Amino acid sequence: MTVHTTSPQFKANAAQALADVQLQKALGNVKQGFIDKRQKAAEKLPEFEALRDSARDIKNHTLAHLDLYLEAYEDKVKASGGHVHFARTAEEARSIILGICRDAGARTVTKGKSMISEEIGINHHLEAHGVVPVETDLGEYIIQLRNEMPSHIIAPAVHLNATQVEQDFRRVHTHLDAKRDLSEPVQLLTEARTVLRERFLAADVGITGANFLVAETGTSIIVTNEGNGDLTQILPKTHIVLASIEKLVPTLEDVSQILRVLARSATGQEMSVYTTFSTGPRRPGDADGPENYHVVLLDNGRSSMLGTSFEEMLRCIRCGACMNHCPVYHAVGGHAYGWVYPGPMGAVLTPSLIGVDKAGHLPNASTFCGRCESVCPVRIPLPKLMRHWREREFERHLTPATIRSGLRTWGFFAKRPALYRLATRAAMGVLGLAGRTKGRFAWLPLAKGWTKYRDFPAPQGETFQARWRRERSRRSA
Amino acid sequence: MSVSAVPGGDRGRKPRVALFVTCLVDLIRPSVGFAAVKLLEDAGCTVDVPVQTCCGQPAFNSGDRGTARDLAEQVIEAFRGYDYVVAPSGSCAGMIKAHYPELFADDPNWLPRVNALAARTYELTSFLVDVLGVTKVDASYEGTVTYHDSCSGLRELGVRSQPRRLLASMEGVTLVELNESDVCCGFGGTFAVKYSDISGAIVDAKTKHVSETGASTLLAGDLGCLMNMAGRLSREGKEIEVRHVAEVLAGMTDDPPIAAARDPRRS
Repeated sequence: MTVHTTSPQFKANAAQALADVQLQKALGNVKQGFIDKRQKAAEKLPEFEALRDSARDIKNHTLAHLDLYLEAYEDKVKASGGHVHFARTAEEARSIILGICRDAGARTVTKGKSMISEEIGINHHLEAHGVVPVETDLGEYIIQLRNEMPSHIIAPAVHLNATQVEQDFRRVHTHLDAKRDLSEPVQLLTEARTVLRERFLAADVGITGANFLVAETGTSIIVTNEGNGDLTQILPKTHIVLASIEKLVPTLEDVSQILRVLARSATGQEMSVYTTFSTGPRRPGDADGPENYHVVLLDNGRSSMLGTSFEEMLRCIRCGACMNHCPVYHAVGGHAYGWVYPGPMGAVLTPSLIGVDKAGHLPNASTFCGRCESVCPVRIPLPKLMRHWREREFERHLTPATIRSGLRTWGFFAKRPALYRLATRAAMGVLGLAGRTKGRFAWLPLAKGWTKYRDFPAPQGETFQARWRRERSRRSA
Repeated sequence: MSVSAVPGGDRGRKPRVALFVTCLVDLIRPSVGFAAVKLLEDAGCTVDVPVQTCCGQPAFNSGDRGTARDLAEQVIEAFRGYDYVVAPSGSCAGMIKAHYPELFADDPNWLPRVNALAARTYELTSFLVDVLGVTKVDASYEGTVTYHDSCSGLRELGVRSQPRRLLASMEGVTLVELNESDVCCGFGGTFAVKYSDISGAIVDAKTKHVSETGASTLLAGDLGCLMNMAGRLSREGKEIEVRHVAEVLAGMTDDPPIAAARDPRRS
């Protein structure tokens, strides 16, 4: 357990999100952009589906031999002059990073976008120990000013609108002219750039995540659109790569294949604007680069997913396509999920990382519509894995009592066809009669959740099986 | 229809089809079952209805594998010996076709029978078009209709063009495509009750799109989704008729639409 979670209050979070007019408007905008762009990008590449298979296979192979690739990667990083630190838990990762910052005498740390840094809550830890972390991805910068979590894994501030950002900038950037015009989004961007430029130059340590780690070469790769990641890892004297263990891939050839599905699935770009490879610290003769290169490899529960059905989740390359296509995410946004990872991938990953007792709602809050799986670039069977969580909850009696007793009653009859026939005939007869005139019920006992938003259609009365047997026996008589 | 639809190519006899009517159709809207029977018989099949209850999907999706297994075994026993099993539902057909093999994956005693059943189980419209080769149905329906693609049928079984092709072959029907027809309606079985606020928001988005089409009738191939959408439209006071696609394709639209009041002239 690392960052505070409100996942147990998912229902209350969701209700709040549904009532938030501004959020609902922002979510409406998310929806179409991502979906159309991904669709167009996929259609333009004839081998897209084959590349998805290939990406899945590469990740499966790597996970099957993860120990070997981790060792090979570590050797290569060391050979290039870097350091590798293995962190079993979030706590260990935090103290390793703080230690490196202290060794560097760091006062400020710039950060590229990294979901793992959210997972371990590094910002608060650094602040608590006198080191100032500065997010440099625009979205991350905005939510840092607001002391919020990302609401989307690739678009952290997607829940906000420009007016809210303008208010935050005016609140925080008090050294700038109070009368300046910030009515256009590009003016906000320019202002963030100007403010951050000084931060980049002043930073003692730069922390980035990694989209991939290449075992063959000891290279870490980041995929960005703003160029902030490059400035974060090149300008300070010390570069820390913070990544979880499943980011490994065997070779550069493997990476180049997966990159072809990543940006297309995420934003519909063929490639992101920057795809940056870094291997070790600055070498003699290099024009730039850090003097110290550290990699912190986080496990935090992932190795215990290996060898279980949840191993498939470790293929995830964090493109966000699943949440972009999820009707539940569209309805409630990312914060409702209550921890670091929202949407379908979060619904599978979060219970693995913080426990299904806390995150039990997430795999249940899905209609199993399957749209996430249909767009996942590495073909993770997300609904199936959510169902596996439901099975574990059922086994551990975490399923709500009303659902359990409802299922038990229904199962009792469904397993006894003769009794079922009698009971359903009687029940449908009564309901059919009661709803005969209006054809629907505005309220039904035991179905309040249903009738809160919609009427319940009245049954026609006689069951199909009863009428079928009656008519067939007449026909054959 | 092509008679070669009989497995093994026995050209002398009609395909024997067992109707998996689905528990929702059995209990709530039997007219869909009779429409399915008519469509199958018109296409040259002999239809039988084995004694049945439910495919087990509610238990399976709630994490209760034990009950799901028991009910699946019951279905496998009851539906033995037919050429095909056909359901007027992509969801229930998908349960048998896509999920039974998963449910019995580690049981070598059952798996061959499970796979055999899965291989001959179909959703109604895809069975008519893909297996029987039906290109035209002999029915008419006056009106502009729109069509919602239910998730399981669409994504587990590839049902999309089949109902549209059959509707296009009818007299009088104009199909207006529904914006985001491939997006979930928010039903999701027990989801609609467990997370009713979210489900309510999703179905609300769906009925907005339905209204925007200007169609007078909304069709789909799964009664769960239809009850959800019809219930919401009725709550909103919208006068859009909601029916299972089989009713329209079979020309059996005398019963009032889903969630609609009974026509006093007929009662």
